[in-house]
Amino acid sequence: MKKVGSKLYLGLVFLFLYAPILVMIFFSFNASSSKYKFTGFSLRWYARLFNDSALMEALLNTLIVAFLAAVLATVLGTMAAIGFHNMKKRSRGIAMNISNIPIINPEIVTGVSLMLLFVAVLRPMGLQLGFFTVLLSHIAFNTPYVILNVAPKLRQMDKNLYEAALDLGCSPVQAFRKVVLPEIMPGVTAGALMAFTYSLDDFIISYFTSGTFQTLPVYIYSLLKKPIPLSINALSTLLFLLVLTVLLITNIKDIRQSRREARGLAG
Amino acid sequence: MKSKVPAYPYFGWMAVFTIIPMLFVLYFAFIGDDGQFTLDGFRRLADPYMIAIFLKSLWLALLTTIICLLIAYPMAYILSRMKLNTQRTMMLLVMLPMWMNFLLRIYAWMMLLENNGLINKLLGFIGLGPFQLIGTTGAILAGMAYNFLPFMVLPIYSVMTKIDGSLIEASQDLGCNFFGVLRRILLPLSFPGVITGITMVFVPAASTFVISQRLGGGELMIGDVIEMYFVGAEPNFNTGASISLVLMLVILIGMGIMNLFDKDEMEGMLI
Amino acid sequence: MKKIVSLLVAAAMCMGLCGILGSCNNQNVIYVYNWGQYLSRGEEEGEMDILAEFEAETGIKVVYRTFDHNEGMYAQLKAGASKYDLVIPSDYMIAKMIEEDMLEKIDYENIPNYKNIMEDFKGLEYDPTGEYSVPYTWGTVGLIYNTKMVTEPVDSWEMLWNEKYDGKILMFNNPRDAFGIAEKKLGYSQNTSDETELRACAEELKKQAPLTQYVMDEIFDKMINGDAAIAPYYAGDYLTMKDENPDLAFVIPKEGTNRFVDAMCIPKGAQNKAGAEAFINFLLDPEIGLANTEYLGYSTPNQAVYELLDDEVKNDGVSYPSQEILEKCESFVNLPSDANALMQDLWIEVKGNK
Repeated sequence: MKKVGSKLYLGLVFLFLYAPILVMIFFSFNASSSKYKFTGFSLRWYARLFNDSALMEALLNTLIVAFLAAVLATVLGTMAAIGFHNMKKRSRGIAMNISNIPIINPEIVTGVSLMLLFVAVLRPMGLQLGFFTVLLSHIAFNTPYVILNVAPKLRQMDKNLYEAALDLGCSPVQAFRKVVLPEIMPGVTAGALMAFTYSLDDFIISYFTSGTFQTLPVYIYSLLKKPIPLSINALSTLLFLLVLTVLLITNIKDIRQSRREARGLAG
Repeated sequence: MKSKVPAYPYFGWMAVFTIIPMLFVLYFAFIGDDGQFTLDGFRRLADPYMIAIFLKSLWLALLTTIICLLIAYPMAYILSRMKLNTQRTMMLLVMLPMWMNFLLRIYAWMMLLENNGLINKLLGFIGLGPFQLIGTTGAILAGMAYNFLPFMVLPIYSVMTKIDGSLIEASQDLGCNFFGVLRRILLPLSFPGVITGITMVFVPAASTFVISQRLGGGELMIGDVIEMYFVGAEPNFNTGASISLVLMLVILIGMGIMNLFDKDEMEGMLI
Repeated sequence: MKKIVSLLVAAAMCMGLCGILGSCNNQNVIYVYNWGQYLSRGEEEGEMDILAEFEAETGIKVVYRTFDHNEGMYAQLKAGASKYDLVIPSDYMIAKMIEEDMLEKIDYENIPNYKNIMEDFKGLEYDPTGEYSVPYTWGTVGLIYNTKMVTEPVDSWEMLWNEKYDGKILMFNNPRDAFGIAEKKLGYSQNTSDETELRACAEELKKQAPLTQYVMDEIFDKMINGDAAIAPYYAGDYLTMKDENPDLAFVIPKEGTNRFVDAMCIPKGAQNKAGAEAFINFLLDPEIGLANTEYLGYSTPNQAVYELLDDEVKNDGVSYPSQEILEKCESFVNLPSDANALMQDLWIEVKGNK
């Protein structure tokens, strides 16, 4: 009885989470250009989507920015987390609080303040906002998330592990690579993944710092005007399928890996 | 490994990309167009209608947080008691909508909530409605709860998984009923996750601006006001920055109070 | 295996980066900043893709970006956030930008097709010396309503205050246009900067606030799909909407309305002024202009294009209203900045009442 109750509850929450998405997927195959009336199956919105070169460019831009921002933020953030970890409690607290400002701050304030900074620096040089300002802003708001993910792993780690490695003849670099890194790796990957996700999704900060450079969310925002082209449904569907596939692949790999490990242990 | 050096690049980074931009905000909050010190921006914020908008934003953010908490808490618990592989799949399903751009998600809600939209169509089939859904406060709440729910589920779930199931069984054996377990075991142990979840939902909800515009029929939240002062017809950085500063302070103080309860420095943040 | 994958990824990234940087270095590019859905881009069959045509003819590539209100465009340019070679703002905004020295003088020698522009549209109030702008379109604001939902006669802005349509009334989501409607309703000038009058308008708008949804271009979707009953918007856009939903009707209220001109300007700091001028000239070409005007539905200031239009379009009273109606119209002029500031503060107060 209890089981049924919890299954029902989960079902309802997932319905809430997925109903809007399913509606978009359904209507992406609509033959008519009406928003609510489904008149028949067609792929016309997909055809139109693929003919949209601005969209393809924006998609590529977003992927590049998100990838680079995630990688750089992960390196910067992991290093910072280690450094923070070795600070005294009080100064660590201050450093963490400053680091968290971009998280706590309303996004719109972060966006505007970065725009003010970039314009103040770039304008006298005759340069304008674009790829690099977006990339820098994304690293700026991503890094704190990486730190927040790595820091707890460092705290959970046995302090003596690193010392032991040194005692056993490891160089500090070796000790870091062989002992520390594997311990904090789940936090690092989680942070990188979070950074990548936030970067892909970010609209507000990019909106203020992108100038004429267009990321996918900024492009989508420009679509959400005038008669909204129904190809937006097709776009959502494709993005959804893409993410689903990526997550499934990584997930299946993980499951296989853990099975193999379990088997290895048993054998 | 005992050294602070790895954090040095980030110190420089924070100085340039966190502190200096904040100084810009601070500067504009107190300095008017003419370069003179002024408190005009704050005076504007003290207008009764502005205070009303401010309080409404905080109120809506609070309601969103409560809704998310009520939905997410049982969900996180149920998930954390499932088989490990199922858990993983379920969490992916929770995360998945977050990967869709939030503008697309808002568009989906527009399709559902419009006067002629799908919810009213469905209700029409069973002879109800049509109801005014879009352009109401309820629509804003639905949109925000939808957008921010995963941020509440994640941290609570991650602390829940660490609660030993045998602890719950033991307390049940010792005669605790459901509420006893909840009060004595679950709530205290999952508290850090709840705190993180509240922060992760409340902050963006309090400062959102697109959701209220699209789903609330242009109803103003404080984020909209800030946007207007920065990119509106008569940009007034002074007022915009003053409001931003106060919003930041309110949120920071709120966070400070929350952190008093949470000794663990956002441990629950972990995925 | 892993190494190969990461190498491939790195290579792909580099190529992407080169693509981004490459497009920045390309000399023959112009950056155009226009209203959304305000140029025929060949999205539907039978429409001309003007940007592609232009590139084919001149070899100049157009990077095309859109904005949804004058103020947003102004803020972008003012902050120096981005550089454009061509922008298409409305009259009062052009006046403001000229005043603030944000526009470049246009070299009309490079625009032989400028001769096609009607004399009435040269040297208008917003650009009295006629050095900074080339008219693109003009039009009026009127009431668009759904005849299935609004059965009574519509001839006044009063309809936007009618409680019968609670929740189904749309309203401009920007202070200048919204106050403009209240001003006409109360019989003031749309260019008043008188504080008492502006405050009276704010009171009027506050009464309306609970009944309305504030929108800009979302009007299209909401009117086409029958989600809303009545909305103030541009005549040209009404024609676009009517194509999709024949139940819609359009009227210019008896109190009078706003008449606007949108014109092409070259902002200061443009990197490719000659390219922008070539593009202006291209748009003024009768054939291109006709394709664009037919797509837009907005009224054209281009005599050569006007002559090519169907008589039906010229005579239906929507895009080209009678002289009698035009005399009741007013154009926005640039207001003093304290009037704008007051209006913005009052606007927040109005919307706070929603």
